[in-house]
This record gives sequence, C-alpha cells and structure tokens, in this order.
Amino acid sequence: MKDPSWGGLCLLVLLALGTPVPLRAQSPNDASFLSTLGELREATYSDKAAIVRRLSQSGHSSVRAVLTALMDDRLYFRNSDQKIFIVKAADDDPLNLIDPLSLKSAGPAAADGLTKIGTNNALRREVRETVARFALSSPDVAVRLDAVREISRLLDEANVALLRERLRVETNSSVRKEIATSLAMAELDGPDPRARLKAVDTLRQSLGQDVRNRLALLLDKNPDGGFVESDEKVRRAAAAAVATIDGWRAFYSGIQTLFFGLSLGSVLVLIAIGLAITFGVMGVINMAHGELMMLGAYTTYGVQALMPGHVGASILLAIPAAFIVAGLTGVAMERTIIQHLYGRPLETLLATFGVSLILQQSVRSIFTALNRSVVTPDWMSGSLRLNDALEITYNHLYVVIFTLIVFFLILVIFKRTRIGLEIRAVSQNRAMAKAMGIRTEWVDAMTFGLGSGIAGVAGVALSQLTNVGPNLGQSYIVDSFLVVVFGGVGNLWGSLLGGMGMGIANKLLEPYAGAVLAKIFVLVALILFIQVRPRGLFPQAGRAAEDK
Amino acid sequence: MIRKPVFVTVSLLITGVVFSQFASAQDTIKVGVLHSLSGTMAISETTLKDTILMMIDAQNKKGGLLGKKLQPVVVDPASNWPLFAEKAAQLLEKDKVAVVFGCWTSVSRKSVLPVFEKDDGLLFYPVQYEGEESSKNVIYTGAAPNQQAIPAVDYLMKEVGVKRWVLEGTDYVYPRTTNKILEAYLHLKGVKPEDISINYTPFGHSDWQTRVAAIKKFGSTGKKTAVVSTINGDANVPFYKELGNQKISAEDIPVVAFSVGEEELSGLDTRPLVGHLAAWNYFESINTPANKAFINQWHTFIKNPKRTTNDPMEAHYIGFNLWVKAVEKAKSTDVEKVLAALPGMETPNLTGGTAKVLPNHHITKPVYIGEVKSDGQFNVVWKSAAEVPGDAWSDYLPGSKDIEADWVTLKCGNYNKVTKKCSGQNYK
Repeated sequence: MKDPSWGGLCLLVLLALGTPVPLRAQSPNDASFLSTLGELREATYSDKAAIVRRLSQSGHSSVRAVLTALMDDRLYFRNSDQKIFIVKAADDDPLNLIDPLSLKSAGPAAADGLTKIGTNNALRREVRETVARFALSSPDVAVRLDAVREISRLLDEANVALLRERLRVETNSSVRKEIATSLAMAELDGPDPRARLKAVDTLRQSLGQDVRNRLALLLDKNPDGGFVESDEKVRRAAAAAVATIDGWRAFYSGIQTLFFGLSLGSVLVLIAIGLAITFGVMGVINMAHGELMMLGAYTTYGVQALMPGHVGASILLAIPAAFIVAGLTGVAMERTIIQHLYGRPLETLLATFGVSLILQQSVRSIFTALNRSVVTPDWMSGSLRLNDALEITYNHLYVVIFTLIVFFLILVIFKRTRIGLEIRAVSQNRAMAKAMGIRTEWVDAMTFGLGSGIAGVAGVALSQLTNVGPNLGQSYIVDSFLVVVFGGVGNLWGSLLGGMGMGIANKLLEPYAGAVLAKIFVLVALILFIQVRPRGLFPQAGRAAEDK
Repeated sequence: MIRKPVFVTVSLLITGVVFSQFASAQDTIKVGVLHSLSGTMAISETTLKDTILMMIDAQNKKGGLLGKKLQPVVVDPASNWPLFAEKAAQLLEKDKVAVVFGCWTSVSRKSVLPVFEKDDGLLFYPVQYEGEESSKNVIYTGAAPNQQAIPAVDYLMKEVGVKRWVLEGTDYVYPRTTNKILEAYLHLKGVKPEDISINYTPFGHSDWQTRVAAIKKFGSTGKKTAVVSTINGDANVPFYKELGNQKISAEDIPVVAFSVGEEELSGLDTRPLVGHLAAWNYFESINTPANKAFINQWHTFIKNPKRTTNDPMEAHYIGFNLWVKAVEKAKSTDVEKVLAALPGMETPNLTGGTAKVLPNHHITKPVYIGEVKSDGQFNVVWKSAAEVPGDAWSDYLPGSKDIEADWVTLKCGNYNKVTKKCSGQNYK
C-alpha cells in the first residue's frame, strides 16, 4: 500500500464490509483524524463547530463515538500529554478512559488530571444533528425515529437524499411513516404542482406542529402580493389539511388538559388520603400532617443516600421505609400528646401545630435549611409519546397509578381486614366497641399510625415532583384539609372524587385564568359549595354522624 | 423576661468581648448583620451572614479598622418583613452599629428603608433587584436590571437569534417590575406584542404541566423562542423538571434565569437543567487568582469544602471592602462622612475589573452569562466588554425615564430632569 489515501480507503471498505480487521497500525487517516480532534482542545465554540463538521466528513470509523461523547460531555484531554480520550461515564471516579481511535479501554485515570472539552447549546445542536445522520442506521427503532426527527429539522438537499436512501431499506412502519412525512415536507418546495398536492395529501394525516406550520406557510402571501403557493388547488388542499390538523390537535390538547387535571388531582388525593383517616375517621385535626409528608420525603433522600447507584430501587424501597418512619412518628405523637386531648379539638389543633414546628426545626437543624436533591430514576423522567400531538409525562403518570394503588389498598384494609373492622367500629361507636372487647386505645394508635404512614408515602411521591426541604409540608397542608372537607369528612370515596374534581377544575381554568386566579376561583367555588352542603360531597349518614 | 433576640445579641456581645481580649467597648466598631436565619429566606440569607462574619474575621486578623476591632452584631429578622424594620431599628438605635449589611428580598429592603432614613444609618444591599429606587442611606451592591436582565435579553437576541419571548415569573414585585422593563425594552427593539407572552405563578408553584405545555406551544411556531425566568427559588426545581420531562431542551427553548445560582443548584438534580442559562455578575467557575483565594477562604471559614460561592456573596465581599476603604479615607465611621467618601471609591471584583461606587449609590459590575453544567457550575458563554454602570431608574419605563439619582451634585435620589424637581421619596 504505497498511496496513503488508498490505504485508508481500503480500510474503510473493509470495515464497511464487516470483515474482521486485524489490529491496525496508526494509518495516515488516523493521524489527520487525531490532529483535527486535537484542535478541539483550544478552539472557540464556533471553531469547534467547524472542527465537528470536518471530523464528520473525515469518514473515520470512530467519528460517531467521538461526537456522541462530545455531545454527552464525555470527551476529555489529559493535561500531562494533551491526548484526547473518551470517558465511559462522566461521574465515575476514577474516570475510565477509552482510546478515541481504537475505542478500546485505556485504563482508569484520576479526574483532576483530565480537562473536559466544553460545549454550549449551539455546538450541541450541531453535533446532535451530525450524530443523528449516523443514528439513521441504528438497530434500535426508537433511536432511528429520533434521528429522523432530528434530521427533518433541516431539510436541505443532503438530508433529503439521506432520508430517501433510508426509506429504501427501512422496514419499520412508523419510521417509514416519519420519513415519508419529512420527505413530503421537502416535496412542498418542488416545482410540480401535482407532486405538491400529493405531498399535502400525505401531510394531512400528520399531527405534528411543524407540519402544520409548514402547511400554513403555503397560505401566506409574498411581499409582492402573490401567494407563496401559486397553485390554487394545492392551496385549498393545504387550507383543509391545516384545519384538519388543528381540529385533531385541539382534541388531543383537551385530553392532555384532562390528564393534567387527573395528575394534579392525584397529588391532592394522595396528600389528603392520610388526613381522611386521621381527621375524617378519628376526628383529630392534625396540623403536623404536612410535616409527616416531609418526613417521608426526607426518608426518600436518606434511602437514596444510603444506596448510591441504585436510584430506581431506592425509590421503591423508600415507600415502605417512609411508611414506617412517618407511621412510627404518628404513633408516638398519638401516644404522647393526642390521646390526652380527644374531644378537645382546639387543644389538639394547637398541640399538633406545635409538633409541626418542632419537626420542621429539627429537620432544619439536622439537614440544614437547604433543599436536598432527590434524583429521579430514568424510568420516571421523560414522556410517553402517544402521537405527535399528545405526550404524557412519566412522573405524573406514575403518580396517578400510585395514588390509585394506595387508595384501593386502604379501601381493602378498611373493608377486608380485622384492623379495618375495628377502626370502623371504634369510629362509629366507641363505647359499644369497647364493650365488645376491642382495645380502643390500641386501635386509636394504629389508626393514627396508618394515616401518618400514608402521609409518609405521599411524601415519597412529592419528592419526585417538588423540592425536598423543611417547608415541604406547609405548602400542602391547606390543600389536604380542603380536599377532605370538600369530599365529606369520614368518606374515602369523597376524598378521591373531591381531589380529582378540584384538580381537573383547576387545570381546566388555568389556561384561561392563569395559575393564581384559577386557584382563587376553585377556592371561591369551594366556599360556596360548603355553604350549601356543609358536610361535603358525601356526608356521613346515620347516628354516628350526629355524635360528632 | 428576656426575649430570644435580646439573648442572642447579649451572647454575641459576650463572645465579641471574649474574642478581643483587651478591647473595651470604646475601641470596637460594631457591624450590623441583618439577614434571616430562620424561616423561608434562611436558605439564602444564612450564607450571606456567614460571608460577612468571614470578612470581619479576616479584617480583624489584619489588625482591624482605624486601630479598632470590628465586632459583628447579628440579628435574626426571621423572614418576617415587619420584623426587619424592628431589627433594623434595634441595630441603629440600641446597638449603634456603624454599618449594616443585610436584606435579600425587595420587600424586606422596602420595610427597613424608612428606618435607615430616619436614623441616618448605612445599609449595604447585596442582591440583584428591580431598580426604581435610590436612597441616600443605601449602597446597592447587587445588579440593577440594566446589569443583568437587559444584557441577558441582548445576548439572546443577538447571539442566539431569539424572536419570541416568554417572560415567566413568580407573582411579586421583582418579577413584575423587571418584566415591565423587559417588555418595554423588547417593544423598543421591534418585537411585536404577539411574540411576547407574560405569565405569573404563585410562590412555590409546583404543578407546571399546563405552563410548560403552553410554553411548548408558544415556541412551536418555527421562530426561535426563549424563556426569561424570574421564577423565585423553590418553584424552579419542578419547573425545570417539567421542562425536561416534556422534552424541551435548552437547545430548542433556552431558559435564562435571574435567580438561579450555584447555591440553588447545589440542592437539586441538575441533569434536566444542563444548557439552560443564568445571567449574573459573578460565577464561582470564573478562574481568577482573587476568586480562587476567596473560594479557599470560604471553604476554610465554613469548614466544608463542598459549599459553593455565589453572586450575592461577591456583592457582600465588594460592599464590605468598599466600606472599609471609605472608612479609612474618611478616618471615621460616621455615616455622613463615610457616605461622602463612598462615591468614586473603587475596589477589585473577584472576577477581574473593578467595582466603582457611582453617584446614584449603585456600582459598576461586569455581566456574565453562563450555561448550567452537569456538575451544578456554570460555563461562561458571554461576558460584557466592560463593567456596566448600575442604573437606578430604568431608561425604558415611561415613568422613570426622566428621573435621575445623584447624591454628589444633585443630592437627590429621584430628580426629575424635565420638571427640574427633586420629589423626594416617600417610602411610607
């Protein structure tokens, strides 16, 4: 191999054919690739973009790996010899190096001996597009779909050719559909009106906002007064297509709002359900309910700190842990303070308010006033894409499911277990229950513990949605009382429907009235409702209710 | 009956005396520290209290000031705005402090202003704020809107090519005033009203689904869109989480924040934030010898190598140094004399350049824009060519365009250039 460029080409061909290649000596292609790569060390961001373009054109086999690493902030250079390395994961310690040429492991290195090659938004965007071209041939359908979407952002000649090529070999129907949509969008610029009409026809079935914008563009007028789209037929078809897409998008956005309402409602139900037991069933006004949720959230933080590297498992483990921590705190509260105050709601209110302050300040003293960071597991971030117009975020979806599970578990405990039977017996007629041989004091403690434990479990969910800090409980306590009162004190179903109703009403109003006003409207409506039905949605019937 | 704050002051007094063994009451200079150590604002303000204690400690090790030791008097206004005024009165009237470093929220500053003006005290206020104020008795060491918000918008407009704007804020005075200024500025730059969307959410808002979906929709018209966020501390975490979950990346719709700094980032999972922007006058990641020394000093003082530094801390660093220099120049701690010495006074910034006190009681500050990195620090992507002088009265609001603050020649905090009158502020 006398001619160096031929050598490189041969290697590339060999690689492309998938023939096993023996360990390569450093070829001239490698050398130029390395020197281009080396320029990244000191370049400005705009120079880096140019270097990335040159790298992608070099055709070297490790381009994709190097650029992916650059995009993910995993490209470093060694301070001692300025050599560039990919690291396996940026948060390893020590970092595991990978040679950028052979992509083989190059052993570990201490993090402070390496410098990261920085990126900014514009550069990451550029790299992402470049990497997407490589990802078109990924075996993973989801990766290919993302790649097509990425490439479709810029439909220049090269990208259109790339997509056409892919369409020829692509077998997956959803990827094919995505490519067809992109190609149709490119087609709209074509000279042939019939082809354009056909493209509009294809695009009509799409729901994407970008497609809609592109079609709407056809209906605009040029500065000289003529339409952007000269052919009237195409224009009419485009107008019809825009109307269709708008209609579907409005429909799906309605569904999305409904889901937003359900998920907000689930949070409300979750925070209220423990209170529905302590306040609803036992009649204890527990002002420390919010702080029990805060304890649950801090337990999540604690469990996560104890098992680093197992984020997902730690969240699942935190659920029973938070139940136990908050539940035991609740039992302790009941035994030491509340049991002496039964039948004296004002004193109970003050005493539990005091407990809430003590709990807050102790958390502040132990963990400082700063918020704690609870990591969200990967399976809880991102969203479930149902179609181009409707995506549902995983964390809220899980909260809805979780709330329903907790709710039905409690129903089962109340209706199907011995302790549930005893709780109901004591709440309905304490004297009679005592006469039947039920240890009412023990039942009181267990009921309060159950309600508190559920508050702790709610805290685990909240740790995934909001800040974990000493004030966490305060921001939810009012809402939780509202839900219980609205739903009807002593009725679990009332709390479920009340919470969900409040959530949906809030979310239906929010787009029109804004978050502040929406909340006020819901509150005013609640006040009016309570005026009419002081006992809430589902008032307790019968003699037991009269005693309270 | 001894109330707790008095007890705290007494105990601090005792410690102060113990520390300066031979010092009697006459040869100490009292420095008031008015930051919330409990309640919602404790999260931010405790750090500033520690910063001032560190500066005092260092100054005393250098031999004090005018041959006297500095003695901190720390009070806790407990995130309670009326209590701020009470505590300020206590510092000025009972403890007779020479200077006060304190306040964070604008409402707490507004609450103490009448006290400082009545008792003729001196307050160094270290936090970026909405402007539209200049008091004879306050030195504003934080950024005015033209030192943070306006440059950030300029950056997005010129460097990122943003055409559509979402101004998203928490519902209180700072976001409302800042957004009013920004809206006027954007109109002036030819942005049409339909390309600006302004929204407010309550304090501690945690359900961002609807708002983020609306931002996504607003940003999907094909024009480059950015969010200018004046969302207050706690509500930011769920906001950024929701952005990440609804797959809005910084590359598509960047969010530039004015209240998210290193300290706030240290308490949260930074992965969904990477690439989003913040505009400040200081970043911990800026590599200068002075900044390195300051960070080391902070870690030694607070005995925790993981604690971050932030912008308001630098403002206190600058404010303290300015005060020390002014006292040395005036050879007195008398407020009148120190205030006369302050305008024109210069001190180096931690990130290079100098901070100079202007006649309007604001200072010059460099402006930096940083992208959030995965380690919770910022990658500086833009810096102002020179220090920007702080403007007390915004040039973009119709009401304040003609107003000027000048405590050197005009001796007035709001002089109307058209009517040629000093109206005098009425804070009550």
